[in-house]
Amino acid sequence: MNANYELPLEDAGYSFGFLDEYAKKEVRRCILKAISIPGYQTPYASREMPMGRGFGTGGLQLTLSLIGEDDTLKVIDQGSDDSVNAVNLRQFVQLTCPGVEVTEKTQEATLIQSRHRIPEKQLTEQQILVLQVPYPDALVVVEPSEARRKVMHGEADYSRLLVKLYEDVVRFDEITISHRYPTRINGHYVIDPSPIPRWDVPRLHQSPALVLLGAGREKKIYAVPPYTLAEPLVFDDIAFRVEDFRDANGKRIACRCCGSTVSFLDELIDDAGNVTHQCSDSAYCEEEQETISARKQA
Amino acid sequence: MSNKILSVRGLSRIHGEQCPLCIASTGPEHDTNICPHCGSVVAAHDVNFDLYRGEILGIIGESGSGKSSTVKTLYFDEAPTAGSATFYDGGAQHDMFALNAAQQRSMRNKRFGMVYQNPHLGLNFQISAGGNIAERLLMSDLKHYGEIRTRAGDLLVRTEVARARMDQNPKTFSGGMQQRVQIAKALATQPPLLFLDEVTTGLDLSVQAAILDLILEIQHELGTAMIVVTHDLGVIRLLAGRTLVMKHGRVIESGLTDQILEDPQHAYTQRLVASAL
Ligand SMILES: Nc1ncnc2c1ncn2[C@@H]1O[C@H](COP(=O)(O)OP(=O)(O)O)[C@@H](O)[C@H]1O
Ligand SMILES: [Mg+2]
Ligand SMILES: [Zn+2]
Ligand SMILES: [Zn+2]
Repeated sequence: MNANYELPLEDAGYSFGFLDEYAKKEVRRCILKAISIPGYQTPYASREMPMGRGFGTGGLQLTLSLIGEDDTLKVIDQGSDDSVNAVNLRQFVQLTCPGVEVTEKTQEATLIQSRHRIPEKQLTEQQILVLQVPYPDALVVVEPSEARRKVMHGEADYSRLLVKLYEDVVRFDEITISHRYPTRINGHYVIDPSPIPRWDVPRLHQSPALVLLGAGREKKIYAVPPYTLAEPLVFDDIAFRVEDFRDANGKRIACRCCGSTVSFLDELIDDAGNVTHQCSDSAYCEEEQETISARKQA
Repeated sequence: MSNKILSVRGLSRIHGEQCPLCIASTGPEHDTNICPHCGSVVAAHDVNFDLYRGEILGIIGESGSGKSSTVKTLYFDEAPTAGSATFYDGGAQHDMFALNAAQQRSMRNKRFGMVYQNPHLGLNFQISAGGNIAERLLMSDLKHYGEIRTRAGDLLVRTEVARARMDQNPKTFSGGMQQRVQIAKALATQPPLLFLDEVTTGLDLSVQAAILDLILEIQHELGTAMIVVTHDLGVIRLLAGRTLVMKHGRVIESGLTDQILEDPQHAYTQRLVASAL
């Protein structure tokens, strides 16, 4: 640590990043452990934050522990920079981290905190993605005892999760999990990748950016380090499928705003009952629209 | 190579604190398995036997004599208090109680099978019959859905459960059918050793007979070695080539089943045989 560093206590009564240096150091230590054991749920001392748990306090503590004055932060909630939740978290960081820039542009950010989505734009080695996690343990659906879950993780015994998939295929002819798809990291630990859609799961695989997942209530941190295997649990003969957004004629549906046919779409139903589709990643959508209008002008 | 598959020596299972007098104060000659000095239950003590490939060994005795305790320790459901067991498997021999928990689980999932009297212990009633069998196949690293379906269906057909019932919940099955599903599940990984604990107890006589037939057929077809626990002399007579008789946690008599039935040595066995005639 920088010996000349002084806590800016007199200004706000809080240190940079709200958490005290000791707390941040402890979180960073847990982050290093989580990176060293890809997919392993590292316990950490989750602090009380001035907002309710369940509002992204797990992710926020990661963000606050990592952020420095020269960082540029992007906060999104279900793909949107403008939702109340994202705005609140962003304002909190701005208030407690003087000097930190904020952005809505994925490519400008050094640190991205997100809930339920991974940005459409390919992340880079220079970026860290922090995902907020409500339920960190993929095994919780098949085993109520945490002690037994730990043993199962230790032995990489995921047969009971696979039985759940088996039952799904028997009953519905396909695996019906839409979010939180159990994903095996580096060939061993299976994680709950947070409520991201299936669409985003393949983007964890060999990601150039470090992906950190934080669960405030359950006091766990885990990581998908850069360029690491991230494989959804599947059978050898049934391929993993992402949402395909096709209309009744099998045609790929386009975003109603930007026309993109390669992004994850939200389904919108208006008062008249009409269904339309729009990019879930609002920053991506806006950029696509700008590109199109620039092209038109040229 | 010897045909031995299992060798058990000095196996004990004691519940409670234990004192130096536990062993000397319990057993058939004291007519109890509860230590009068400390209250510990000597569920099984100093059990010794060898089991050979394809052989069926019977363990008979009244309720509470220590039969289930013996097989539960061998299936790693419970840890023994003392003793050793060696499992001979494809040229290797394994000191069973020296293995770590993960090795024990792997041996149990892949090389052993268990059928309990109570189907709730052997089956998951939240999932389908086929799913129960799939679980064991998945545990032994078969990850091909189509093959799992085929194998599970074949196993159910082999144990005389209609393939059409494969996707139904065993909750809705009769007691006899639940036992058949348990047997199919136990056989899924083609284990060389099977434990059967009172598998026909509580079933209708005709259903009992059909399941005992099935067990014999399986032994003939697959050469699976089995330890059959029962309090029913008829089951022993039909299935077991050799038998251990247990009372108050001790083996009081052992040998060829025919000899034990014709010429029982111990007074308890004599009464048992006489009452069954
Ligand atoms: N967890 C336990 N705690 C105390 N005593 C037990 C426990 N499990 C079994 N026992 C006792 O051990 C003895 C042997 O039980 P068990 O092996 O189930 O007998 P069996 O199968 O021959 O009926 C019985 O007296 C039983 O009450
Ligand atoms: Mg019993
Ligand atoms: Zn769009
Ligand atoms: Zn005692």
